[in-house]
Amino acid sequence: MTQFTINGRAVSIDADEDTPLLWVIRDAIGLTGTKFGCGIGMCGACTVHVGGRAIRSCITPISAVDGAEVTTIEGLDPAGQHPVQKAWLELQTPQCGYCQSGQIMQAAAMLKDFPAPTDADIDATMSGNLCRCMTYVRIRAAIKQAAAEMGGKS
Amino acid sequence: MSRLPPKGEPGGFLSRRAFLVASTGAGLAFGFSALVEAAMDPAVPGGVPMSPTGPRFEPTLWFAIDGEGIVTVNIIRAEMGQHVGTALARILADELDVAWDKVRIVHVDTDPKWGLMVTGGSWSVWQTFPIFSQAGAAGRIALVEAGAKLLNVSPAGGTAKGGVVHVGGRSISYGDIVKRGGVARQFTPEEMAKLPIKPAAERKLIGKPGKALDITAKINGTAIYGIDAKVPGMVFARPKLPPTRHGSKVISVNDREAKTVKGYLRCLTIDDPSDTVPGWVLVIAESYPAAIRAADLVKVRWSAGPGAKVSERNLQDHATSLIAKADVGALLDTRTADTASAFKAAKSTLEQTYTTATVLHFQLEPLNALAFEKDGIMEIHTGNQWQSLILPTLAKALDRAETKIVMRTYMLGGGFGRRLNGDYAVPAALAAKALGKPVKLVLTREDDVRFDSVRSPSVQTVRMAFDGAGDILAQEHHAAAGWPTLANAPALMPKGKNGVAYDPFAISGADHWYEVGAHKVRAINNDLANETFRPGWLRSVGPGWTNWAGESFIDEAAHHLKTDPVALRLKLLTGAGANAGSDASTVGGAKRQAEVVRRAAEAAGWGKSLPKDTALGLATSFGQERDMPTWVACVARVHVDRASGVVTVQKLTVVTDAGTIVDPDGARAQTEGASLWGLSMALHEGTEFVNGQVNDVNLDTYTPLRIADTPELDIQFVDSTEAPVGLGEPATTVVAPAIANAIFRAVGVRLRHIPITPDAVRRALSNEG
Repeated sequence: MTQFTINGRAVSIDADEDTPLLWVIRDAIGLTGTKFGCGIGMCGACTVHVGGRAIRSCITPISAVDGAEVTTIEGLDPAGQHPVQKAWLELQTPQCGYCQSGQIMQAAAMLKDFPAPTDADIDATMSGNLCRCMTYVRIRAAIKQAAAEMGGKS
Repeated sequence: MSRLPPKGEPGGFLSRRAFLVASTGAGLAFGFSALVEAAMDPAVPGGVPMSPTGPRFEPTLWFAIDGEGIVTVNIIRAEMGQHVGTALARILADELDVAWDKVRIVHVDTDPKWGLMVTGGSWSVWQTFPIFSQAGAAGRIALVEAGAKLLNVSPAGGTAKGGVVHVGGRSISYGDIVKRGGVARQFTPEEMAKLPIKPAAERKLIGKPGKALDITAKINGTAIYGIDAKVPGMVFARPKLPPTRHGSKVISVNDREAKTVKGYLRCLTIDDPSDTVPGWVLVIAESYPAAIRAADLVKVRWSAGPGAKVSERNLQDHATSLIAKADVGALLDTRTADTASAFKAAKSTLEQTYTTATVLHFQLEPLNALAFEKDGIMEIHTGNQWQSLILPTLAKALDRAETKIVMRTYMLGGGFGRRLNGDYAVPAALAAKALGKPVKLVLTREDDVRFDSVRSPSVQTVRMAFDGAGDILAQEHHAAAGWPTLANAPALMPKGKNGVAYDPFAISGADHWYEVGAHKVRAINNDLANETFRPGWLRSVGPGWTNWAGESFIDEAAHHLKTDPVALRLKLLTGAGANAGSDASTVGGAKRQAEVVRRAAEAAGWGKSLPKDTALGLATSFGQERDMPTWVACVARVHVDRASGVVTVQKLTVVTDAGTIVDPDGARAQTEGASLWGLSMALHEGTEFVNGQVNDVNLDTYTPLRIADTPELDIQFVDSTEAPVGLGEPATTVVAPAIANAIFRAVGVRLRHIPITPDAVRRALSNEG
């Protein structure tokens, strides 16, 4: 039995310890905003926060989050109004949207480390997140807009 | 094949269904739509449309108004990132004259009443514009008349504005009219066609800034994609894929080791009467991770079909040998296809060959489908781009009538043409039938890629004859590739002027709008490619490779003629004769293409000096097909690092004339994505067949464009009120040749294969030196 909190709610999961967190979140807990893209941690669609850090849930066994706090796109902000989400909406960033939960979770985590990210910071941090619709120009602009709203100065 | 798209008849199939419910009487006009439950609203968490308030007025198939004045627009196109529902609903809402915040959209299921359902070819806006304009106008006129009647005034001079009828000095809202009933206006199809459509100057939504309806759900985790579909009691399936796409047969299945996996249930060898998925075995489990694990442990022996030994080199060598045979392939009906005398008379000639690598769709959501039987209907819940194509196949596979199958279309986590081929629905449905319970089939990324309907590799030879005085006498373009339409929808192949059937989507682009004298265009099927894999339509399809060759070659011709490549293009885009344009979609012809070339060159600073090893290159195209030209020109500013061979694209300037732009921000987004797809295929992505399989199956070795390599984009549209055409693909077609042309101008070497790798650039530079 693996226990952790997800979006502030305590859960106990009866699954093999090496089951990827992604499938537990999606199928056992039923939060489908976190997506399956590559299964090898290289597209970023499955990005969630564990203890506030961005991780790839498709390659994270549930044993690794025992006792941890997990946050998914559904829990990033209770009203879906995180500054990153607001900037994403304002700039109409998503196209198909499939990668965007992961992009937003990665960006939100990055802004804690880089409150005023440079283009190089964005390149280094966001290059692990593939957007097949290629919304990259808007992702970059939206990150800067969110940073500005959160008080970071470029 | 009544459910396949008509050629050269924009929206024709739909318009025949667009007339009002006149003949069926008032009952239907106020009926409740049972389909609402079988539809998805991308603006609502979970996708379930809100219930209508009170009675609904459904003046046409395409929309309904409820008692609160809420307008629900029915969308038959799949949402895969183009915000298609938003664009289409704006057309209808503008003509109906309602406020945008009163508009909802629903993506409908495959009830036959919707007719042809396909989302591809950049066709959606082009085909729907006339129909939705008429539907909106018909609704407006009916409501004005009904409002006048309820107010006991003459309808003469009545108008509608923002969902309110103003007539005889009084007003009544659409919602109130619907609540009180009494809308019973009848229109014949002939009347529909003649309805007064707003002049462009009076439009309030079309061409104006607005927000897409599907964004919020895509940033808070509530959008529902096919992979999120679920029903109680479903089991999960992952396929074991055979060694070849065609003709594989299962010899034996050994699941002894898989039985150690908790949750593993069984293996199911798929018996497919439609021969869509020969040799597939499904591994069934209680959870998807269990299905993944068990599948890794299941051992299947197959007898392989054709292509098991075929590699990329074989495919391309075969294409080259076909081009060398003068009598194979289809000749397109260009004006003067006999070029022999011109080449004989030429003072000089030029010939070059261009190639492109195999490209993966790699849509980020791996293929999946949920299938189950309910009330005698096989329901298939999935994301799909061409329901009307796969439904007959499903009927054959399941041995049941098409009317006993329904597909519910979810959001697509990327389409790019992959989901035009609905093959993945077949094994899910067959498994649901065999097991008698709901089956959720999900492919892993590696599974998805291995049997992707890839963009075929291509070989093209282009030659030109010159008169010695700077003029072109003739051009030939010979293109050999695997043909997606032959593989997936052969009934759609027209015949060339020599009577040979061909895939129009695999040659379009070569039949360009330049004035080149005699012009021969030959489309050749690489039969080895079609035998080895199932070629797919991939964003921009044939124009993605024909323009790579054609637009690289025009620059080579300019070099041969010692003239500026922009000047040469402008000289050839005369807009005369066959290139003058002939109807609402093509009006202006090549003159409009010349204009985007001029604008792109000017915007990018053509002719100005740049730093060392840095240069501009230009390419232009008409997008997808001659009957729906989207005029586009791209200038790439490129720097080449001579030591490493690395090509850096610093900026792309893209100017598009797509006629009327319905949804400006959506149009920009589509052009951003299409341009960057072009860049990705030019420099970053490509694979090769090795022993019948693609060599790259995941992101450890397949390397599409990432944010760090994304250049500055300058995207511009020509302000136009001409007929709206397509935007999802055209920009894809011009980026690769613009980059190659820029590389030549920067460092003097000509690259004729995409993707252009640093190795290839270094090799070319060392040969040059």
